[in-house]
Amino acid sequence: MRDAFIKRLALLAEREPRVILITGDLGFGVFDEYRRQRAGQFLNAGVAEQNMTMLATGMALEGYVAFTYSIGNFPTLRCLEMIRNDAAYHDANVKIVSIGGGFSYGALGISHHATEDLAIMRSLPGLTVVSPGGLWEASEATEAIARQPGTCYLRLDKDHGPDGADGHEAFILGKARLLREGTDCTVVVTGGILREVVTAADTLAREGIQTRILSMHTLKPIDSAAILAAARETGAVVTVEEHTIHGGLGGAVAEVLLDHGARPKAFLRIGLESGFSSIVGSQDYLRRRYGLDGLSIAARVRSLLSREH
Amino acid sequence: MTMDTRALARRVRRHSVCMTSRGGSSHVGAALSIADILAVLYGGGILRFDRGRPSWPGRDRFILSKGHAGAAVYATLAECGFFGLERLDQHYQNGSDLSGHVSHKGMPGVELSTGSLGHGLGVGVGMALALRRKGEGQRVFVLLSDGECDEGSNWEAIMFAAHHRLDNLVAVVDYNKLQSLAPVAETLELEPFASKWRAFNWGVCEVDGHDHSALTEVFGRLPFVEQRPSVVIAHTTKGKGVTFMENTVLWHYRTARGRELEAALQELDLP
Repeated sequence: MRDAFIKRLALLAEREPRVILITGDLGFGVFDEYRRQRAGQFLNAGVAEQNMTMLATGMALEGYVAFTYSIGNFPTLRCLEMIRNDAAYHDANVKIVSIGGGFSYGALGISHHATEDLAIMRSLPGLTVVSPGGLWEASEATEAIARQPGTCYLRLDKDHGPDGADGHEAFILGKARLLREGTDCTVVVTGGILREVVTAADTLAREGIQTRILSMHTLKPIDSAAILAAARETGAVVTVEEHTIHGGLGGAVAEVLLDHGARPKAFLRIGLESGFSSIVGSQDYLRRRYGLDGLSIAARVRSLLSREH
Repeated sequence: MTMDTRALARRVRRHSVCMTSRGGSSHVGAALSIADILAVLYGGGILRFDRGRPSWPGRDRFILSKGHAGAAVYATLAECGFFGLERLDQHYQNGSDLSGHVSHKGMPGVELSTGSLGHGLGVGVGMALALRRKGEGQRVFVLLSDGECDEGSNWEAIMFAAHHRLDNLVAVVDYNKLQSLAPVAETLELEPFASKWRAFNWGVCEVDGHDHSALTEVFGRLPFVEQRPSVVIAHTTKGKGVTFMENTVLWHYRTARGRELEAALQELDLP
């Protein structure tokens, strides 16, 4: 996803001189091509995420579209107050980009597990929060947040799912994408864990369970209509995120359902349920360990639907 | 636009005392501490601005990073004609835009909302970099408190500004030697303060922050060193202008009421 982001940003920067990319001293090798072509639209703020965000705000207030870039929790939690007071309160065109959602950097330890960022960023007034599921969504989201006024957060995963873009579709912030039609249940998913959801849906399909898949690439503003339709039309709603189940996608979907008086026959949030993971490992390993791999997701959906009958 | 800066400073002090008294708000000592700096910057022709066009691109940017002294900035802007003096009565009141810590929403002339310390300089750095790239000569002034220099985020910004040779950036430190609970020297010692800035490759000038001629002279020779950001270390007295408020931590939080208010205003009436 990182490469899809930087390729699209380079195209954007070529057309739009107000675009500037500010990194917190991360992205070794990733920006070489971008820097060669757009040296004047690149800055390394050093290992100083607070200042990276403050200076991005200052430049944005003077007309720039300032992208900040780092990994995991560094461009978000480390400088949260700068995002809140400086960027968001001033409606500044700061676009925060983090590579390494969830367990992307699983082996590096809990400092590098980005597992609460969506909930926290979603709570900030005025922020647009985007977490693409595939390469096409990542690329399109890059352009979309550049055009979206105000402060935005783009969470990129190392992994990605098949986002099924056929080349004719328009990417719209706040509009979920229907990736697979189904009648027995809906899985609403955000981020690269989409890959596991597709595996789960394939598994369930072999058993005769038809799963609708909604890629909720935009967490805020969320696509309420798609969620309500899913509850109405498929009965069961399951959310999947590589993130705590508290306050992220699962929380957002539950809010929409209850706020509208919608009562799906069954509802389940799949994500990280408690505690930090002091255990390390590859993204695949940690997904299996915490029940976020395709087979585990399929098992939980199966169990949910069997309870319902 | 130039005004009698001493008269302006006196009016800013009176407003600050009245606003904090009416609102029952804190930080009058911090506001009085910077009244002379604000008066020289705004009234002494140092800052370029157009009160009728607060967003005029050619303006110099002023950021109050020590947002808790917002009353003094609101008073200065009102005195300079950015908005009516009557709005000052709304400071700290229910439903008002004039928050205890300075906020830009609905307030012409306020460049940046602050209140949490250690934010203004970094945003100022970004503005200075953007403005230098435009090459139209605008400068960015950021007024910080001494206690605020405890915040590590400032030192990130200080390093960045020097590395990028932002000579259109000016930090002014209101060095009144008192923070919220105790003297700076008993909290986190800043000394050797000027040497710290020099070591970070800034041009440094120390000045009596209540001496208008000295402040005017110092602001008149920016940048102090070519290709370097500048810092004015302004030695000040917290609560300056009201004898019983001077140099005491009590008046960081206390509000003047009744006889204290009368006594303060009487003192500030004297030319």
